[in-house]
Amino acid sequence: MSILEIRNLTKTFGAVRVSKEISLTVGARQCHALIGPNGAGKTTLIHQISGVLTPDAGAVLLDGTDITALPMWRRAQAGLGRTFQISSTLHSFSVLENVALAAQAKAGSSMRFFRPAATEAALNRQAEAVLDRVGLLRRARILAGDLSHGERRLLELAIALAGAPKVLLLDEPMAGLGRVESERLTDILAELRREIPMLLIEHDMDAIFRLADTVAVLVEGAVVARGTPDEVRADPVARAAYLGEESA
Amino acid sequence: MRDRSLLVAGGIFALLLIAPGVLDATGQAYLTGLLMKAMLLAIAAMALDLLVGQGGMISLGHSAFVGIGAYVLAIGLAAGIENILVLLAIALAVAGSFALVTGALALRTSGVYFLMITLAFGQMAYFTLTSLAAYGGDDGLTLWSLATLFGSNVAQNAGHIYLVILAVLVATWWLVHRIGQSRFGRVLRAARDNPERAAVMGFSVFRYRLTAYVIAGMIASVAGLLTAQQNEFVSPALATWQHSGDLLVILVVGGLGSRNGALLGALFIVAAQEALGAVLPEWRLIYGPLLVGVVLFAKGGLNSLLAPGTAGPGR
Amino acid sequence: MSFTLFLIQCLNGLQYGTMLFLIAAGLTLVFGVMGFINLAHGVQYMVGAYLAFAYLHLTGSFWIAALLSMVTALVFGLALEFLVFRHLYGRDHLDQVLATFGIILFLNELAKVIFGPATLSIPVPELLSGSIPLTAELRYPVYRLATIGAGIAVAGLLYIVVSHTRVGMLIRAGATTPQMVSALGVNIERLFMIVFGVGAMLAGFAGVIAAPIFAIEPGMGDNILIVAFVVIIIGGIGSIRGAFLAGLLVGLIDTLGRSLATMATASVFPPSMADQIGPALASMLIYILMAAILIFRPKGLLPAKGAA
Repeated sequence: MSILEIRNLTKTFGAVRVSKEISLTVGARQCHALIGPNGAGKTTLIHQISGVLTPDAGAVLLDGTDITALPMWRRAQAGLGRTFQISSTLHSFSVLENVALAAQAKAGSSMRFFRPAATEAALNRQAEAVLDRVGLLRRARILAGDLSHGERRLLELAIALAGAPKVLLLDEPMAGLGRVESERLTDILAELRREIPMLLIEHDMDAIFRLADTVAVLVEGAVVARGTPDEVRADPVARAAYLGEESA
Repeated sequence: MRDRSLLVAGGIFALLLIAPGVLDATGQAYLTGLLMKAMLLAIAAMALDLLVGQGGMISLGHSAFVGIGAYVLAIGLAAGIENILVLLAIALAVAGSFALVTGALALRTSGVYFLMITLAFGQMAYFTLTSLAAYGGDDGLTLWSLATLFGSNVAQNAGHIYLVILAVLVATWWLVHRIGQSRFGRVLRAARDNPERAAVMGFSVFRYRLTAYVIAGMIASVAGLLTAQQNEFVSPALATWQHSGDLLVILVVGGLGSRNGALLGALFIVAAQEALGAVLPEWRLIYGPLLVGVVLFAKGGLNSLLAPGTAGPGR
Repeated sequence: MSFTLFLIQCLNGLQYGTMLFLIAAGLTLVFGVMGFINLAHGVQYMVGAYLAFAYLHLTGSFWIAALLSMVTALVFGLALEFLVFRHLYGRDHLDQVLATFGIILFLNELAKVIFGPATLSIPVPELLSGSIPLTAELRYPVYRLATIGAGIAVAGLLYIVVSHTRVGMLIRAGATTPQMVSALGVNIERLFMIVFGVGAMLAGFAGVIAAPIFAIEPGMGDNILIVAFVVIIIGGIGSIRGAFLAGLLVGLIDTLGRSLATMATASVFPPSMADQIGPALASMLIYILMAAILIFRPKGLLPAKGAA
């Protein structure tokens, strides 16, 4: 049973086709990686799945339901979680409040005007549990704007997790991280992938080989190769298009 | 920090409570009128702060709602409705509907468009009021009868309108800050800081902003209704865009998005205008450049002087 | 309404529309290129009118007065840019609103102090006084026709400059992708000054040509500023062609609306009510048009090209 299915997604900017009939499925307990050179259209694809951009043709299905026409927030409500390539946290909120707010989105109506949200123990407990999971709990009280870059990457993930997503879109979660931080985040994701299916965009090949069961290679908006990490590594087309570039 | 801003607010409210007695005793009763003016401005400005400070939506059409509240009172009285609570309910309904429709249109866009569109709809309300020939048109209308609270004159100048205004002020203060800390307020601030993030979390930014716009409009209409009742006069001048500009000035001078910014700003601006006016009839010659100077050189507003650290948005 | 009256109202609408265009053009460029919201643009229109009044009394010639007014309006605009506005480009919109609001309060008061609160007027220049017959029974003032012509001429000139010159290319690029312009290594500050100066001069020009037909009074720029905003929203921010089309549309609808609305409502409501509803409805028309545009074409009728 596929959790996330993308059918023939096509998008054009002016004369440039940034997505050419891209199809892929992410099943339960699966981590599907998407690699490709810069400008291949990876983030554009994530934007179309999460609703930042509307595709010209094709469909996005979540749990069998067509969500192609839904606005971003409805997709999130339906269980689509995502992280951003460039950290997008709420700087004037505390770390805890960032995550509690994400939990709040899934915990009944937020059209509540009187009770102070900061005193909602259930939300705070959920947020603390998620923060503990990504190793940020001791930083819960400080402002998100004061976090280090690496910590902000973790918060980014924590916010997505707090929304209890059915599937996670991870847009270069390791971007800008050092080796130690990358390995730590890979450990966390390795544990998570047993519960939440993921679509992972990443340049860090070590992480890809540890996490992904399927890898698709995207070049100029089209999938040129697909298979297990080992198959893709051996694929001449993929090597020429992408891996070759890495070793060069 | 929080306690300090509570203390400031409590102190101001206490001073406002005893002010009429003190002023009466010292023969300066005319100042009571100024205090009422400042309190009414503060109510409207607090509502605007919900939009601008908490929501990051700069509205230049807020005074339209003040005008609506005032004219509901005038027209309601002319139609024979005397109970102030009934008039209040009508004002809330009319202002709420106007906010719902114009807000939904203005929020189809954001940023500067929002500012221009609220300005335009505000102007529309203003011109509509000036064209009400039966209710004075351009010149406005003197209210020969006033609203009563089940027949009592408590909410009139002859009664205790000062206390009524003060009570509404305190209630508004409490309500706005309660909203700021609620689930709703949290989403509103998140949408201000990063609307895309709020949407990806699963919040419809549009709905929350529109709700805030409606609430702010309704509160402003209460200020308008009380203004008419206190002045015993209504005029379209209440709804001019310059009046909206004044409300923004109050917020920025007081400290945007802070607990007491609107309150301090309103008291300060009314006092400053009065003082400048006493020195120079053409006081705007000083006031205008002063405003430019404040924007260019001063930041944080009065609130950051009285309660440092609380000026940050929504803290 | 007779056909003749209708024609006259159409011409009046066109005349109002071209003037709105002159004001909106500067506003939309300044906003489009610099992202700067200038509420004080309306007072530059007022300044133009008062300058025309003052110079006419000094020189006795409308034409010299008009020329001097435009030069002064340009210098005045550049001075404002240098003293205040350039410090506000990077700031948030609220700061821009408040500072320009302060300038409005100051200049309106200053006009009142110098020229008094009463409305002033200047005579139509002799060369353009009188009226010409358009049809058998329709005569129309030459001056008003001339202002329509002047407005259209400026529109054409502006269009050529914006679409066929290097400065125009930079303005268009700046309106859609400001990063691109700075990346090209263009002196962005000078571009801003040029755009701002031209905008101020256009508003001043509108004030000059308005002086002989409308009342010169403190605050005369405030209401027209808001109508100019409506024009920009309808036309599309940053778009000169949009400002022109929307200016004419708003001018016509507003002018015709005011004369037709009472009559139109009288056919639906009893006369006493129509007298009430008609004017109210007329004053709302352009805002209703704006609302409709926002629903059906949120980016305006002719959005600046390249805006994604």
